[in-house]
Amino acid sequence: MAAGGFDPPAYRDPSQIKVNAVLRNSSVVGWLLAAPLSLVLAVFLVLPIIMIVVVSFWGATEWSIYPAFQFDNYEFLLTSDVTYRVFLNTLKYALITWVFTLLIGFTVAYYLAFHIRSLTWQIALFLLCTIPFLTSNIIRMISWIPFLGRNGIANSTLISMGVIDEPLEWLLFSDFSVILAFVHLYTLFMVVPIFNTMMRIDKSLIEAAADAGATGWQTLWHVIIPLTKPGIMIGTIFVVALVMGDFITVRFMSGSQSANVGRMIQNDIRLLQYPSASATAVILLITVLLLIGTLLRFVDIRKEL
Amino acid sequence: MEPRPRSFYALTAFFLLFVVFLYGPTVTIGILSFQGPQGGLTFPMRGVSLHWFRDLFEQQAVGDIWGSFARSLTLGLLVMVTTVVVSVMGGLAFRKRFVGSGIIFYLIITSLVIPSILISLGVGLAWSQSGLPVHWASSGFGAQLTWTLPFGLLIMFAVFNRFDPSYEEAARDLGASPWQVVRHVVLPIIAPSLIGVALFGFTLSYDEFARTLLTAGSYNTLPLEIFGMTTNVTTPVLFALGTLTTVFSLLVIAVFLAVVWIVNRRRARQGSDAGQGLA
Repeated sequence: MAAGGFDPPAYRDPSQIKVNAVLRNSSVVGWLLAAPLSLVLAVFLVLPIIMIVVVSFWGATEWSIYPAFQFDNYEFLLTSDVTYRVFLNTLKYALITWVFTLLIGFTVAYYLAFHIRSLTWQIALFLLCTIPFLTSNIIRMISWIPFLGRNGIANSTLISMGVIDEPLEWLLFSDFSVILAFVHLYTLFMVVPIFNTMMRIDKSLIEAAADAGATGWQTLWHVIIPLTKPGIMIGTIFVVALVMGDFITVRFMSGSQSANVGRMIQNDIRLLQYPSASATAVILLITVLLLIGTLLRFVDIRKEL
Repeated sequence: MEPRPRSFYALTAFFLLFVVFLYGPTVTIGILSFQGPQGGLTFPMRGVSLHWFRDLFEQQAVGDIWGSFARSLTLGLLVMVTTVVVSVMGGLAFRKRFVGSGIIFYLIITSLVIPSILISLGVGLAWSQSGLPVHWASSGFGAQLTWTLPFGLLIMFAVFNRFDPSYEEAARDLGASPWQVVRHVVLPIIAPSLIGVALFGFTLSYDEFARTLLTAGSYNTLPLEIFGMTTNVTTPVLFALGTLTTVFSLLVIAVFLAVVWIVNRRRARQGSDAGQGLA
């Protein structure tokens, strides 16, 4: 660039002065910069949500949907005990997956943050954990099938070791395999935010705890865990949201034998029953937003990033 | 250096198990994709061959895999560029509070936690009711942005939280205009993180399934094609395809890591440009 880059702004031009005055109003600059983002969110997030809410009051025949304002879809949903069972099942998956991802994720993050001493190794091992997240979910799910199947590696290994005589039937197409797949897919969402928070803990606090005579467990319980809470919260938000909204893992891993809310919605969609799918979707959305809203009260995401 | 505590070895074992857990299944299908022509979807291996990889290249054996791969690649690049540009602009916007920033922030969080199938359903309904045809490059593109943008923005928030504003102040004191500050100070400093945003934008789009399900129209993206195959293909050709897409994903990640490494090395070499002027 030429030295002309240092020319002072042309204040003498009156129209320029007006433009500068507008630009100095920080909201205007903010709006301009956020405009593309807002546009995407308006068209592909807000509009679809409005659309789902509207259609949830519509009616449906076997092959088409028609505008209406009726509560039939909700009435059917809320009076059927299938709905409650499926929602409970979804919450059960979320809770169990959360417990396992938290325990595993915390341990892995703790190891990386406090036991690996060189930054290069920390980054390398962290990347090793992150890479699977960037490959296809579906492929990673299918990958369990030859592993857990009736003649899969798990069963044949156990048989050859003499632990069992018959292949275990509950390894695949069961709640066990569903939760295993969830833990496999989503533990990373715990590791990353917890690791991020742990890396920001001042190491002198841990030395201080040791100097004050704390044992390793006491340091962990009274110093590290409290300071890691924001990371745990962010990880929890990810895992809960992903498991609550899932439909594909449950379909694959349960062999279509278990149901969660996502599958309920997808079944209605396949039968072209969009209004009833929308009603279920609205209730799911409210549930998820209430859960996440509660979790967000415990953490200021923007501060913790 | 002080000796390792005993817990170190226990935790190392735990970490190694975790890595095996993460990669084990993928390695399993990697092996099974070399199954012999008579072999099935599970062990034992009946010989070793490239039979199923060859099958992938025969158009009629499976669906339109290469067409869907081309579409996924194009879409991934489109989403990547859009994610980087929009995230940087959004990240800059959020450095100062502006009227409405709170609402937009909560919309970003909503976009992140909303079940993907709702986006698929909602965008599909909105498009069909307004008479627009759903297409991977319009409705599918937008639906994927609702997944990639929150990640891009969270990365940008993290970057700007650690950004030292004194660099900008220095530039302004030297008489730089707001645009010059962004162009010559802010962007070069945040450049390596933008590679990260781009990596997320591309791979999240390339592997995205749920949000594209009802928004891609009659031409499938690769994950949709694979999903279709899981219901009607019962040969290891599925594993061959899985292995190839995973290898491709790994290549993409490797390319991005290489770029980060090169950029960092160049920056280290040219760390100080004192006395070089505004080249």
